Amino acid sequence: MNRRVLHIARNTFREAVRDRVLYNLIAFALLMSGAAILVGQISIDIERLVVINLGLTAVSLFGVVIAIFIGIGLVSKEIDRRTLYTILTRPVRRWEFITGKFFGLAGTLLVNTLCMAVGVFAALLYVSHRFQRADGWVLVALYFIVLQFLIITALALLFSAFSTPLMSAVFAFALFVVGCFSEDLRGFAAMAHGAEKWLATAAAYVIPNFSALNVITSVAHGQPVSGQLVLYNTIYALIYVLMALSGAVLIFERRNLK
Amino acid sequence: MPAIEILGLEKTYHVGFWRKQAKRALHPLQLTVAEGEIFGFLGPNGAGKTTTIKMLMGLVFPSGGTARVLGGSISDPAVRAQVGFLPEQPYFYDYLTARELLEYYGQLSGIPGQERRQKVKAMLERVGLGEAGNVQLRKFSKGMLQRVGIAQAILHDPKIVIFDEPMSGLDPMGRREVRDLIEQLKQEGKTVFFSTHILSDAEALCDRVAILHQGQLRGVGAVAELTANVQGKIELIWSGTTAPAALKAISAELHVSGDTVRAVLAEDRQESALDILKQSGLRLISLTPVRSSLEDYFVSQVGPDKISAGAGS
Ligand SMILES: Nc1ncnc2c1ncn2[C@@H]1O[C@H](COP(=O)(O)OP(=O)(O)OP(=O)(O)O)[C@@H](O)[C@H]1O
Ligand SMILES: [Mg+2]
Repeated sequence: MNRRVLHIARNTFREAVRDRVLYNLIAFALLMSGAAILVGQISIDIERLVVINLGLTAVSLFGVVIAIFIGIGLVSKEIDRRTLYTILTRPVRRWEFITGKFFGLAGTLLVNTLCMAVGVFAALLYVSHRFQRADGWVLVALYFIVLQFLIITALALLFSAFSTPLMSAVFAFALFVVGCFSEDLRGFAAMAHGAEKWLATAAAYVIPNFSALNVITSVAHGQPVSGQLVLYNTIYALIYVLMALSGAVLIFERRNLK
Repeated sequence: MPAIEILGLEKTYHVGFWRKQAKRALHPLQLTVAEGEIFGFLGPNGAGKTTTIKMLMGLVFPSGGTARVLGGSISDPAVRAQVGFLPEQPYFYDYLTARELLEYYGQLSGIPGQERRQKVKAMLERVGLGEAGNVQLRKFSKGMLQRVGIAQAILHDPKIVIFDEPMSGLDPMGRREVRDLIEQLKQEGKTVFFSTHILSDAEALCDRVAILHQGQLRGVGAVAELTANVQGKIELIWSGTTAPAALKAISAELHVSGDTVRAVLAEDRQESALDILKQSGLRLISLTPVRSSLEDYFVSQVGPDKISAGAGS
């Protein structure tokens, strides 16, 4: 990878760590251990179901909040506080800055998710005393969750390339929520007619398809994930991230810094 | 080849959320800075200095015109590698220490590892932060941040240095140090372009200056050239407690202190003033020519009302 992109990514990661972003892990650890102890006491059959469901949902929500929070925060801070002045007047291209930020944020989320994954598996071990073959699918679910984070981070960068932090956060959260219901939107598009059909189809393409990336429930029931879905989701996420980042770069290249 | 050529750069900002109003921050500006010179960019608050510099550095896009730096465009990273920049009121990543920050900037400027560590260390010493290298920037004072700003601008040994108000926020000692540093940079063969309100600094340092007011260029040249055309003044001191009415009428300033009166007046009034003193029977104590300074020129171009606002910061 390009050296400068790497340096910017590393500095972004360092900033996130020093801004105590990883402290969210404490809250997550408390939540997981509380849930595990509680579930272990009351239920007989459904411990695994509850722990996987709750654990993965928590991983996903914590991560989404962090992705939006730091994705927008760490970029808009550079613009607002004008730290960008001394970066972009060096032999650094604007696309290198955006790309470096993306990788730094992605790295932060990855480390965060890894720690959380350890927590989920620890809780799983606590309630069912041993791992089963089906637990491997939890890893696939986690992989899909990371793909979601990448998409959201790219969107956060796209929004903060032209909008205020608050508006960017609102856009990003709205897209996340709508994206979780994208399956329904696709269903609606299939049934609708005329202008409605067009609108719904267009929206279904623009809005990130988080339904397909969410396999938490089926994994919690021990159902496998098809290899085809893994492949499709990977390609889908890569294309989505690439397009969102390209948009961010295109806007940012033309932007006057304040 | 000139170091910097500003070819008709202009900027109009559109302000207001709903009905956008056009605000001309800079009229088309024509300016050339030769290689190896110290060039002062002067003007009162809001004159358009920072706007010009930001366009020059490619941070803000001009409404018209272009600029060339070392014969190339600032959008070319190879050109930017040759330029050092200190922004106005710089702010840095406050979670880093001064050393980490300079390391990071050195990496981005492509300075290789071993050399970078040495340069960072030497640079911290050079700007007087040798002791504070491992302190997080959030604990730095304004003047210390300004020093970090200067350090990052010259770390990669650029050919051209562009400083936006390098003296602001510094104590008298610090200002002196920055002055010396700018002179050293010239000795090293670098071109220095800096904006300032502090006329005495510009006068002491600059080979040439440009004066900007309300987005328009009001004068360019060597300080001596610019001040040559400004009418000189003389200072008269005589013993007494009052001034004759005729003398009052032609004096620009009059101060009575104790039993002497001091008057400042235009050079060409010297003869008539002496006549008046003689006729009134007053005893002359001294007559001294006042060297016309950059400040006089500045006032003549910008108006005295603007000076007081400009000289403060
Ligand atoms: N982002 C902006 N949007 C709108 N107007 C702006 C913007 N930046 C600067 N201006 C206006 O442009 C004019 C020139 O501002 P500039 O900052 O270039 O002045 P300056 O000479 O650097 O002043 P100072 O000595 O106070 O730093 C001012 O009238 C200012 O209000
Ligand atoms: Mg300014």
